[in-house]
Amino acid sequence: MSEVIVVTSGKGGVGKTTTTANVGTGLAAMGKKVILIDTDIGLRNLDVVMGLENRIVYNLVDVVEGSCRIKQAIIRDKRYPTLFLLPSAQTRDKSAVTPPQMVRMISHLKDQFDYILLDCPAGIEQGFQNAIAGADRALVVTTPEVSAIRDADRIIGLLEAHEIHKIDLIINRIRGDMIKRGDMMSSEDVVDILSLPLIGLVPDDENVVIATNQGEPLVGTGTLAGRAYQNICNRVLGREVPFLDLEKGVSFWAKVSGIFHRG
Amino acid sequence: MVFKNLLRRKSSREIAKDRLKILLISDRVNCSPEMMEMIKNDIAKVISKYMKIDTKSMEIQITKTGSKGRSLKNPTLYANIPILDLMNHEIP
Repeated sequence: MSEVIVVTSGKGGVGKTTTTANVGTGLAAMGKKVILIDTDIGLRNLDVVMGLENRIVYNLVDVVEGSCRIKQAIIRDKRYPTLFLLPSAQTRDKSAVTPPQMVRMISHLKDQFDYILLDCPAGIEQGFQNAIAGADRALVVTTPEVSAIRDADRIIGLLEAHEIHKIDLIINRIRGDMIKRGDMMSSEDVVDILSLPLIGLVPDDENVVIATNQGEPLVGTGTLAGRAYQNICNRVLGREVPFLDLEKGVSFWAKVSGIFHRG
Repeated sequence: MVFKNLLRRKSSREIAKDRLKILLISDRVNCSPEMMEMIKNDIAKVISKYMKIDTKSMEIQITKTGSKGRSLKNPTLYANIPILDLMNHEIP
């Protein structure tokens, strides 16, 4: 049985692409057959975060327009044999694809993959409609900021209106030191406001920037963010994993292991 | 005095929470904060005819009764109005 998961947020820059890359990579590392689909037409980024930008020949728009077969557009990941990417088009715009076309394409992929992860563009226009069209489940990414939470709330309403009821929350860029000072909303505050089940807490970890620079997802590394993404993958599979205590601040050992995992 | 002010000042975390709660109510029910403010003032005016209330700390919000779910299928208007004095019983 395959599961189609859309990663969405409403607001831009909260970590949708990083989440898609890391959750997808983590699931593949656990032996699942995974395809990541970048639905942000015109502003593709997932290929860069995954370090696969040099392998693109065809893209999502070519597939839905019938210019190539779907197999020709799918890129195999360089690290995991069960991980694949369907890149978006950089030179087209979001009207190049419609929700029914997405549904049709996803139904073709369903019998070939365990997990289909859709990286949603920011906003609530056609790009968003395309991304959610074929999804069974959603991961809503937000940060502990007023604007991101407001947009997340709007997105949740739209997902529910679209009959997607399995919605989980990821709170990204948590800074324990700021929460302790009373200058950032805690995970409890955010969950209380959005009333969604929590599936992940990700710290504001500089290793995410380093990993993106290198085009290497950091899931599974000893870094705090790497462990946080690993935990999300386990929870996506239905396992119960305790949440990292990010409000305690970064521990000495996490810092040390972070240094060793950078190379 | 300065110290007292420091203690009384809300943390930016609480300010964010309070702002979001009000914002999301109006976003979810499609009712603007201005309209909520007008409803609140009108309720205060009516109640004030009969008793003395604390208009500064009164709160109104639209929530769903019962479960903690997100959907607003049965929205309810809650008013939390602290009464200062019940003195004025005779109808004017």
